[in-house]
Amino acid sequence: MKRNTELLQLFSVFFRIGLFTFGGGYAMISVVEDACVDRRHWITHEEMDDLVVVAESTPGPIAINCATYVGARCAGMLGAIIATLGMILPSFLVIFAVSRFLDRFLEIRLIANAFRGVKLAVGILILDAGRRLLRRIPKKPLPLGIFAVSLAAALLINYLSLRFSSIVLLLAAAGVSLLFRAIRKGGGQS
Amino acid sequence: MILLELFWGFLRVGCFSFGGGYAAIALIREVVLSHGWLSEEMLSYIIAVSESTPGPIMVNLATYVGSTQAGVLGALVATFAVVLPAFCIILALMAVLRRFVSNLWVRTAMTGLKACVTGLILAAGLEMLIANLALDASPDLTAILLTLLLGGIYYGFQPLFKRKLSPIALIALSAVLGAVAYGI
Repeated sequence: MKRNTELLQLFSVFFRIGLFTFGGGYAMISVVEDACVDRRHWITHEEMDDLVVVAESTPGPIAINCATYVGARCAGMLGAIIATLGMILPSFLVIFAVSRFLDRFLEIRLIANAFRGVKLAVGILILDAGRRLLRRIPKKPLPLGIFAVSLAAALLINYLSLRFSSIVLLLAAAGVSLLFRAIRKGGGQS
Repeated sequence: MILLELFWGFLRVGCFSFGGGYAAIALIREVVLSHGWLSEEMLSYIIAVSESTPGPIMVNLATYVGSTQAGVLGALVATFAVVLPAFCIILALMAVLRRFVSNLWVRTAMTGLKACVTGLILAAGLEMLIANLALDASPDLTAILLTLLLGGIYYGFQPLFKRKLSPIALIALSAVLGAVAYGI
């Protein structure tokens, strides 16, 4: 009985977080902290800090990482599933509804014109996201070199219309970093 | 067949989208454009819709593409695929959260990954900008002027009003400007 109320509470808390965090990502972290650490003590502040770093260092949406972790800590595997479902459900329903009518919506001229403007804003937001990431790169030769090579390679691949996955670039970047670290470490010891 | 393609495509996105949010857009763009699931234009629209509706952008895009390609089932499969890696990784790392965070090799790999992601997202942004302004064909003068105006407002807002203009506000403003500029 107690377990059921716990699961229900997990679901409702993450459903609300999922419903009210627009744009996802970092805005959501403080909401999760408020709901799960300050109000309900589901996890500690230290766990929350670690969780944010892990979420940043692993693939996938940060919101999902948080929901899965808190759910699992509270109620095991089932808790993880329930919390993650609660987190996804609101956006799933909204976007599913949008996907049903967006095409017809865009046939209205006023809307189509508005979206031509919106497209330009999205371009700015994406470049701005890149600019902010760039500021956080350590200003050392290796990371900056990897950044420059990745940028050039991605542009070149697109320009030449090559079929080449950026996943290969990502793996190569991680590999090169590890390799240089191993060489430096080996050199330091000998 | 399409369900399998959706699953595989968005599983790759879920597995390699380091950096969260916008950083994932480079990879999503590659996947949806190469499959012909969205045009460059529709992708921009859906990103704007995602920014203005609840939930992570990655999940929203998966749901939208899944739904338009294969209905409810497609939406479920694509959303499940994009979430699955993050879910499994957190469960696997539960016990070693702190040790994972402070591990030298993990941090080293992350430095490389983040540098690479930054290059990828800037490249995607530049390509979208070129497409938006039609710089590769005959330049769209209205789009160029609107982009300069929006960029000026976005970056001029903070020094003037001591707070950042939110992405949603920028999108709303761009919708109004677009409706006016292209309507007359």
